[in-house]
Order: sequence, then structure tokens, then C-alpha cells
Amino acid sequence: MRRRRKPQWRPALSNIWAIAQKELKGYFASPIAYIVIGLFALMFGYFFYALLVYFDRQAMQMAAGGGQSVNVNEQLIRPVFLNANVIFLFVLPMVTMRIYAEEKRSGTIELLLTSPLTDFQIIAGKFAGAMALYAAMLAVTLPHVAVLFWFGNPEWIPIVVTYLGLLLMGGCFISVGLLISSLTKNQIVAVMATFTVFLMLWVINWIASFTGPTTQAVLNYLSITDHLDDFTRGVIDTKHLVYYVSFIALGLYLTMQSVDSERWRG
Amino acid sequence: MIEVQHLTKRYGPFTAVDDVSFKAERGEILGFLGPNGAGKTTTMRVLTGYMPPTEGKAIVAGYDVLEQPIEAKRRTGYLPETPPLYPDMTARDYLTFCARIKGVPRSERTSRVGAVMERTRIADVADKHCGKLSKGYRQRVGLAQALLHNPEVLILDEPTAGLDPKQIIETRELIKELGGDHTIILSTHILPEVSQTCNRIVIINRGRVVAVDTPDNLTARLRGSETMYVQLDALGADAGNALSTLPGVTRVSESDRRDSIIGYEVESESGRDIRRDLAASIVGHGWGLLELRPMRLSLEEIFLQVTTEDAAAPEAAVEASVE
Repeated sequence: MRRRRKPQWRPALSNIWAIAQKELKGYFASPIAYIVIGLFALMFGYFFYALLVYFDRQAMQMAAGGGQSVNVNEQLIRPVFLNANVIFLFVLPMVTMRIYAEEKRSGTIELLLTSPLTDFQIIAGKFAGAMALYAAMLAVTLPHVAVLFWFGNPEWIPIVVTYLGLLLMGGCFISVGLLISSLTKNQIVAVMATFTVFLMLWVINWIASFTGPTTQAVLNYLSITDHLDDFTRGVIDTKHLVYYVSFIALGLYLTMQSVDSERWRG
Repeated sequence: MIEVQHLTKRYGPFTAVDDVSFKAERGEILGFLGPNGAGKTTTMRVLTGYMPPTEGKAIVAGYDVLEQPIEAKRRTGYLPETPPLYPDMTARDYLTFCARIKGVPRSERTSRVGAVMERTRIADVADKHCGKLSKGYRQRVGLAQALLHNPEVLILDEPTAGLDPKQIIETRELIKELGGDHTIILSTHILPEVSQTCNRIVIINRGRVVAVDTPDNLTARLRGSETMYVQLDALGADAGNALSTLPGVTRVSESDRRDSIIGYEVESESGRDIRRDLAASIVGHGWGLLELRPMRLSLEEIFLQVTTEDAAAPEAAVEASVE
């Protein structure tokens, strides 16, 4: 559908903000936010503990050997966050499954689609709401990192860059989840399909080493989690930035198409 | 205010709405009447911009719903068949959210929300979660949502469904009140509702408009001729024969008889008032005149008449929809 309307930024932003706030409140009004954040905190805590114990032993061995000192960033923080990926993979489908499916099931989609909002504003608002919940999940990890600053002396720039990378990676997951949620009324279907797609995007480059050089490059490029690697080293590479941003944009664009075509089909 | 031109909506091979045209003027309350599955909801969904039509166009408050959806939606309040409530929000939070997305300026939000809650009588449940409200309250919160931005056009899909009789009366009163400065389309399959609240009626069946008129005209127009009901006490006399000889009378049939009291339906040429002649003749014969009244079809009968006509003769239906 073509819209012949001059862009008006202030009302557009305020609409997006209204939807985002509603989404975020919705997560916290239902058990979803608590379960998702709680499960994440539990799993992340375990990962952190396990890797910390391992790091501790390594550090002691290093010290005993009289060799060079260990690097907290490289040997603890980085592996912790690379592993945290997998947790997001499991947890984020639970966040995104209801975004559209629930509105369709309860009929509230009729309110949104008949209010003076563009499809983009609705989708952007929902995306922002889910991102805010995701950011809340990431915030759970801050005390763990703070502890490291208390007892050790890690570099803070790679940590900030890691968080940026995680936000972008989560954005990709959420945009895919949003798209899948817009395709179905059924939350179980949404959660399973989203989980499958996430998993595929994670493991897609596992077969890369068995394929030709071109395919290998393509498969490596497609893997969402692979692009996080440089961020965890504290490197912001435009290549990865472009990948994540265009991935998110594509996800949101396809969601808009899906919502629009749903209208025509009725 | 509202203009629908040759609107058609198909879902795959199924035609839900077939070449529907009608208009509603400012301040008018238009009743959308039809059996379940007639295409009422689909037509309303097109009018509100929820879905685009397959063919034809709809203009609401001067804006084409397909070309300028945002402008049209700004001026439309819509109560869908199931009130679109978020169960986890309180009624007040819900209405505040709706006010935001409907573009009610920040400074007016609180007062607008208060005003519509007052008007729809939901102030007492303002801080209850929507999911915990009874059907009647949910319906009214939905109605409050439609009124929030004081739209020029109100589209109400079965606004009284699920309400108890007292609430139905209150809601009808509210709708009539709103009719003055809003243009309202309301759908229903309950016939008395339209005759009590609406200025005009669109009867729709199987996706087609079968009749558009005021309740009064509809009643009159659908009678080919005028019919009077007379009840008289004429023991032993053949009153029927006598009445049929009166000028202008086309047919007399006996409708009921109890002892000497007989009721007749007297049909006459349309446009001719035979009441005086009828009364004079009866009195002249020395019979007792117990009752004399024009017979009008109730809306139920009209409705059955047009909807069955439509099934039998699709041609007639097309003619009616051109109106």
C-alpha cells in the first residue's frame, strides 16, 4: 500500500514510543519478563561461575609456572559472552513469540491497525519494546562484570564494545522473531519456528569447512553469532556493523510486508 | 460523511461483500442490518482501514481509506465485534494508551479519558484489569476507546452484544445522543435496535445490499398496497363481500374470527385512504366497528421478505442496491 503522507517526525516518534512502552509494560504485566529474565540470570550465573572457576585454576597454574599473567578480558569475559549467545538463542523466542501472535489472537491487532499509525510505527515500536526487555536481560550481567572490576583490572573498552555487539546480535534475533510472529496466530508455532531459525543461523557455518571456498565464505557470513567474535575482542569492524544493521532492517522490512499482505488476504 | 462505492471484498473464491454502495450524511445514524455472515463486519473493516477492498472505494470524512488511511483513521472511531482490550492493562491505562496512539494531545489526555469513562459509565471499573471485566463492561470500555479522539465518524460493530437489558437501553441512548454531531454506522442483527436508534437502514444479505431506506419508508415501500385491519361485530352478515365492493378496495381476506367478531385484512390501491369509506360503510350496515388500523409490516417481516426475496430473485436485489 502506498502512503502519500509527508513524514512527520515528532508524532511518528511519539507513536513508536507509545507502542514500545505498551510492549514493555505488557512483558512485565505477564509472567514472561520475569521468567525470561530469571532463567537468563540463572543460566548466565552458572556459565559465569563455571568459567570463572576454570579461569581461576588457569591463573594459578600460570602464576605457579612463573610465566606471563592472564588476561581477564581475553580469557574470561570473552568466553563468557560468547557462551551467553546460546542462552539468548533459547530465551529470545519466548520474548518474540507473542509480539504479533498474541495481538492477532486477542483481536487487539484491530485496534492498532485502525488507529492512525503506520505499519512501520507499529513494528518499530514492537521492536523497540522487545529490545528494551533484551537490554534488561543484558543488564543482569552488569553485576558480574562489576565484580571483575572489583577484584581485577580488566580493560573497559572491549567490554563496552562487547555489549554493543550483543545488542546488535539480539536485534537480529528479535527482528527474525518479530517476522515469524507476524506470520502466525499460534504462539507455539511461533516459538518453535523462531527457535529453529535461530539455531540454523547459529550452526549454519558448521559445515563451512567441508565446502568450497565460496560457499564457505557465504556460510560464515550468514552466521549471526560469528559476527560477534570481533566485537568481543573490542574491535568494531564496519563489516560486522553493516551485517547486523542490514539484517535487522531486512527483518523489519519483511515484517512490514507480512503485515501488509495479511491485510489483503484478510 | 461516509460514502461507499461499489465495494467488493473477496477472500479467495469467496465473495464476502459484493458491489455494495451506500452513503451516510453528517449526523446520521445508519443501521447495518443483516443475518450473521452477511458481510457487515467485512464492510466495516474496510471502512476503518483494517483491510483494503478488492474493488471499489470507501470515503470516510472526506478521505479515501485506501489513499489516505492515516487521515481517515484520525477521524474514525471503531468498536470491533470483540472489544480489542489488553487483558493485563487497567481500563484507565488502556484508554490512556489508546488516546496516545489516536493522537490526543498530551495536555488533553487525562480529561478526555475521564470524559469518555463518564459517558460510557465505566468510571467505577477504571482501575480494574480489562481481563477481569464482565462482558458488558468490556463492551463499554471498547466503546469508550472509540470515542476517545472525538471522531467525526463512529463505526460500531454490534455495540450492544453481550449487554444486559438495562445496559442495552443506556447504550442506545448514548448512541442516539452521539448521533447529533457524529456520523454513526452500527451493525446489528437485532431488529428492534435499528428501528429504535437509526435514521436509516441498510439491509445486507449474502454480501449484497438488498434495501436502503428510513425505517418508516422501508415499511411503507415494501408494501405493494396499503392494508387495513378491521375488526367488526357482524353476526350472520357477509361483511367481507360488502367491504370488497367499496371503491378502491382490491382484496378482502378474513384473518381471524371469534364467535361473531371477525377480523379482516382489507387491501386497497396504494396511495388511497379508504378509512372513511370503510368506517361509514360498516356503520351504515349497522355492524359494530371494534377496530380499524393500518397494518404495517414489522421490521422482522420486512427483513424476512427482503432476505428471502434476495435468495429467490437476485435481479430484484441488484435493483434495490442501485437505490
